[in-house]
Amino acid sequence: MGTKVNLISGRTTVQGRNLDSKMSDEYFEEVARCDLNKADMEKLGVAADESVKVRTSYGEVVVKAKEAAGTPEGMVFIPMGPWANALVSGDTHGAGMPVYKGIDAEIEKTGDKVLHVKELMQTYM
Amino acid sequence: MVEITDVVCSLCGCVCDDITVEVEDNKVTKVKKGACSVGKSKLMGHNRIKSPAIRVNGELKDCSYDEAIKKAAEILAASRRPLLYGWSSTVCEAQKVGVELAEELGAVIDNTASVCHGPSVLAIQDVGLPSCTLGEVKNRADLIIYWGANPAEAHANHMKRYSYVSKGFWTEEGKKAKKLVIVDVRATKTSKMADVFLQIEQGKDYLVFSALRAILYGHEDVVPDEVGGVSKKDLLETAEMMKGAKFGATFFGMGVTHTGARQNNIVNAIQMTRAAHTHTKFTITPMRGHYNVAGINQVCTWETGFPFAVDLTRGYAWYNPGELSATDLLIRQECDAALIIASDPGAHFPGESIKHLAKIPVIQIDPFPNPTTEFADVVFPAAVSGVEAEGNVYRMDNIPIRLRKLIDSEYPEDEEILKRILDEVRAIKEKEDK
Repeated sequence: MGTKVNLISGRTTVQGRNLDSKMSDEYFEEVARCDLNKADMEKLGVAADESVKVRTSYGEVVVKAKEAAGTPEGMVFIPMGPWANALVSGDTHGAGMPVYKGIDAEIEKTGDKVLHVKELMQTYM
Repeated sequence: MVEITDVVCSLCGCVCDDITVEVEDNKVTKVKKGACSVGKSKLMGHNRIKSPAIRVNGELKDCSYDEAIKKAAEILAASRRPLLYGWSSTVCEAQKVGVELAEELGAVIDNTASVCHGPSVLAIQDVGLPSCTLGEVKNRADLIIYWGANPAEAHANHMKRYSYVSKGFWTEEGKKAKKLVIVDVRATKTSKMADVFLQIEQGKDYLVFSALRAILYGHEDVVPDEVGGVSKKDLLETAEMMKGAKFGATFFGMGVTHTGARQNNIVNAIQMTRAAHTHTKFTITPMRGHYNVAGINQVCTWETGFPFAVDLTRGYAWYNPGELSATDLLIRQECDAALIIASDPGAHFPGESIKHLAKIPVIQIDPFPNPTTEFADVVFPAAVSGVEAEGNVYRMDNIPIRLRKLIDSEYPEDEEILKRILDEVRAIKEKEDK
């Protein structure tokens, strides 16, 4: 059972720079990671670039942890992209828009490897 | 080497049009000025899809454009519920052909607004939008509010060209004579620049809009000591800044469209702007993402009467976001084929929706390989609009701007590929009718 967190996603400069280059290593390094507060990283016992598993009712992914002072305690930020969206429900509750921010999630340290974009897409087939 | 000035950027909704590049041997070799790092990467280019291809036994096999056109048209003509999705990173001329193709097929046509500012569109249809051009903001605004947006990362030139940092006719001192308010759930590069940073609790935007509305209408007595993580003192200070501004401009982003209340957040944001009108001039504008997502909303509205999530299966246009938006169609496993152009649902749709998309025949038109290519069954490489092809686009404030062609392309334009698919679909249908 992991620690309960509030999951949000959003744009970053490096993600934007690779919007048309999503199969690149730079995109992978930037987007397959999550921002966490220092206190949360200590609670989870993870250091920078160690893997964490993030799970919601809709899916789970493994991403690299990164310390971000601006992210409040109890919140996880994953840059928008395939890893964040693996955790999002397709149900829009009649609004047409999925809820991409404010998703109940659990997070824990893991030894599992981060899937590359091609491997991640394979999980849908 | 040729220097080209007044180049227009085809990346984000800012559509910066003052860029200078150098071109040598039919390649953009240098971006000299004007572009942000994100726009620069677009202009300099990336790895391309090299050839049209058709998936055979799980593998994409290169083929000719003729073969790919034939295959794509067969898939679409045989489909009972095709979805034509994307359209935000291409020009209006291609979008127009897309609507024609949707009409011919009796398809659902939807665009990336449905996972971006779709809720803003719904709110605007509900209560209108007291907005203005970015030029007005540049020349007049002395108070800028970014709410649920991080332009320092997502629209890097926005503050410099149009808002807080820019110098205009009545704002010649630039940021020295302006105030910047940032409302966000986390500290960002943008919030570091703020005069006032309201760090709100995630999902509490609606409450904070309501509190500011109440204060602006003179009902501060009903506002509790803290709303959505923001102290009443900070709310009163922000309301005073809004009242005291000569011209205020609010810009809002995915922070408000992507959370639980969605379109209700935007309705409340617009009503907060109306409340500010009882004191001064105030405007509000969505921070549109793709460079021509505003354009597909325009084109789709001219052609069908509605901006997104339009069903043309009935023989007339039927609009119902929440039923006909792409993610909804996909989780209901309703569509049986899809054409994806100038967007990447493989990266940007919820995993739950991708599951169905990966199962049905998918046609992709795009200059660049991306996660959608991993499950696409017919792939068309296209010219890059704004680098290799010209055409009209709409900036985030709905100002039309013409993209320029900088170099020649070995690939056809989106419009040409779509026209050829449309012709082939018509030929198949004519044959069937005989």
